[in-house]
Amino acid sequence: MNAELTTIKTAAESALATTFAEVRNRLPGDKAVSAQRAAAFDVFAKQGLPHRRIEDWKYTDLRALMREAKPLASPPDAATKARAKAAGAMLGDVEARRLTFVDGAFVPDLSDLRGLEGGLSIGSLADALAEGDPAVLGHLGKIAPAGDVAVALNTALMGDGAVIRIADGATIERPLHLCFVASEKPAATFVRSLVVAAPGTRAMLIESHEGPSRSDYQVNAALELFVGQRAHIDHVKIIGEGAEALHVSTLAAAIAAQARFNTFTFTTGGAVVRNQMFLNFDGEDTVAGIRGATLLGGRQHADTTLLVNHIARACQSREVFKSVLGGEAHGVFQGRIVVRRGAQKTDAKMMTQALLLSERAEADNKPELEIYADDVQCGHGATAGALDDELKFYLMARGIPAAEAEALLIQAFLGEAIEGIEHAGLREALMDSVAAWLKARK
Amino acid sequence: MALLEVRNLHAGIEGKEILRGLDLTVNAGEVHAIMGPNGSGKSTLAYVLAGKDGYEPTSGEVLFNGKNLFDMEPDERAAAGMFLAFQYPLEIPGVATITFLRTALNAQRKKRGDAELSVPEFQKRLNAAASQLGIDRDMLRRAVNVGFSGGEKKRNEVLQMALLEPRLAVLDETDSGLDIDALKIVADGVNRLRSRERAFVVITHYQRLLNYIVPDVVHVLSKGRIVKTGGKELALELEAHGYGEYQEEAVA
Repeated sequence: MNAELTTIKTAAESALATTFAEVRNRLPGDKAVSAQRAAAFDVFAKQGLPHRRIEDWKYTDLRALMREAKPLASPPDAATKARAKAAGAMLGDVEARRLTFVDGAFVPDLSDLRGLEGGLSIGSLADALAEGDPAVLGHLGKIAPAGDVAVALNTALMGDGAVIRIADGATIERPLHLCFVASEKPAATFVRSLVVAAPGTRAMLIESHEGPSRSDYQVNAALELFVGQRAHIDHVKIIGEGAEALHVSTLAAAIAAQARFNTFTFTTGGAVVRNQMFLNFDGEDTVAGIRGATLLGGRQHADTTLLVNHIARACQSREVFKSVLGGEAHGVFQGRIVVRRGAQKTDAKMMTQALLLSERAEADNKPELEIYADDVQCGHGATAGALDDELKFYLMARGIPAAEAEALLIQAFLGEAIEGIEHAGLREALMDSVAAWLKARK
Repeated sequence: MALLEVRNLHAGIEGKEILRGLDLTVNAGEVHAIMGPNGSGKSTLAYVLAGKDGYEPTSGEVLFNGKNLFDMEPDERAAAGMFLAFQYPLEIPGVATITFLRTALNAQRKKRGDAELSVPEFQKRLNAAASQLGIDRDMLRRAVNVGFSGGEKKRNEVLQMALLEPRLAVLDETDSGLDIDALKIVADGVNRLRSRERAFVVITHYQRLLNYIVPDVVHVLSKGRIVKTGGKELALELEAHGYGEYQEEAVA
């Protein structure tokens, strides 16, 4: 007990401890879940909030950035739910099956649960925990790294989230949209979702996070994703949080043999964003695209941290991350590709590029390759720089005004990453978001 | 009124004077060739006219269609009818050639107070211009100049010129890096655009291009000034005797 007290120092850390003590007996789940929560909280209690001397959090000193811990969000009232109806606009015309979560709680009224395709089942994590669903408990926490403090806090305090199961061989035509909306109340939410895609399934999963611009709410969202053999799963995460929000999210995926897996993160919102991905290639011959685009201005800070773990042989992964940084924004990319001894014939290539629109913007880039096999093709590249004046002049010499020339070049820069998304409607929606961002910048 | 009137122009880069009192008058309908040795200021003149950053005029004036050229940004100059065919056309990854062309044309039309072209109308004009230059649909869909050969890049410059219909086209060493077949395609493209309303300034080191684009007037540029002006036969003279005498003359 004394040891705990000496390591918990900041106001935010103390508040988290108080919160956990208050709510631990009210959170859903039986004794086993309760023990899992306690063990997870212990990981946090021992380490405290991650800070710059923790290598994985070097550029995102959460201890300094997180001044306070907000109280847990209370269940949304009718007015809050009504306001949440307008959420998800960034998806444009994409026809998706929407599952809405307001302040971290699943809202069936705002969700489309009618006519589920064969093989698709959708539920809430709070229900699954309360009922002690063995299939859910059997998967929960199996792939998210327990030692990561963000994951640990999520496990300790998880309230609700989506539980999606796709049965053997099912093709889910409509994209599934997990729509997370924060209300005006500056509160904290800990959402945990679980997606289990059985062998041979095909589905697209969209995760969007948004909230009001004048509330300093806090989001800790985690998704555990099991991709079965020969499954083809596309995942897109849109982080469009309000300007004062703190957003920490985790994707942990276990990918079986001969799967196709694509994930794309599109980040424009939030004061402080940490987007972390832990991807395990557990089976051979998988092809994966791991991409992202980040657009920041003002004093925004966004950190993308990626761990790609090539465990099985002959998997191919392509990592492409692009960021556009204006104002005094700070973009961070940490990408680590680990190739285990048995992962011969791995083909992994990582590319990160930052476009700095202002002299006070900062891009930090830390690519790492850790290779224990001897017959692999791995590489990484990184660039950071300003817009090319020569290109801009070329466009202007053809009659395109300066602002429009810049916008065209920025769209082209990000387009190279966005075109990796297979869904044409979503590609267009994101390009529209880029155009809107550029317009708002002026 | 002359289309282009350059009077006693001094200009340079990073404080180094390269154009030292250049005078040039170009009327609509004329083709002027500017020839000169390396370092005489040919490309500087092209960049100063187009408005490239860093190529600053220090004195003198340039009137384009009666207006002070230096009051205009590069895009405004383009909309007013100035076109520079680049010696080294740039590659723009991620921007499809067709998007680039439509954006440019509509931006110019907007600035001139004309309505934007409808997609079918634009497509019609583009197809007509592209087929004359042997540019296929695949090239138009590709990113601007990315993976294009030297000849394709120059043809793309002429395509832009054909679509944008400038009043004055400045061709900066358009012949460089082209084999004879590519040169003919490019020259034919330029010749088709010759008209009474339009003028050309053809900047070149070698006389070869002028066999295909026959100029009305030939100027010799040396040390930043026009040191001799004559008819098309002057180009042949230069080809035969080189630039030696003009370089010495300018020094003296």
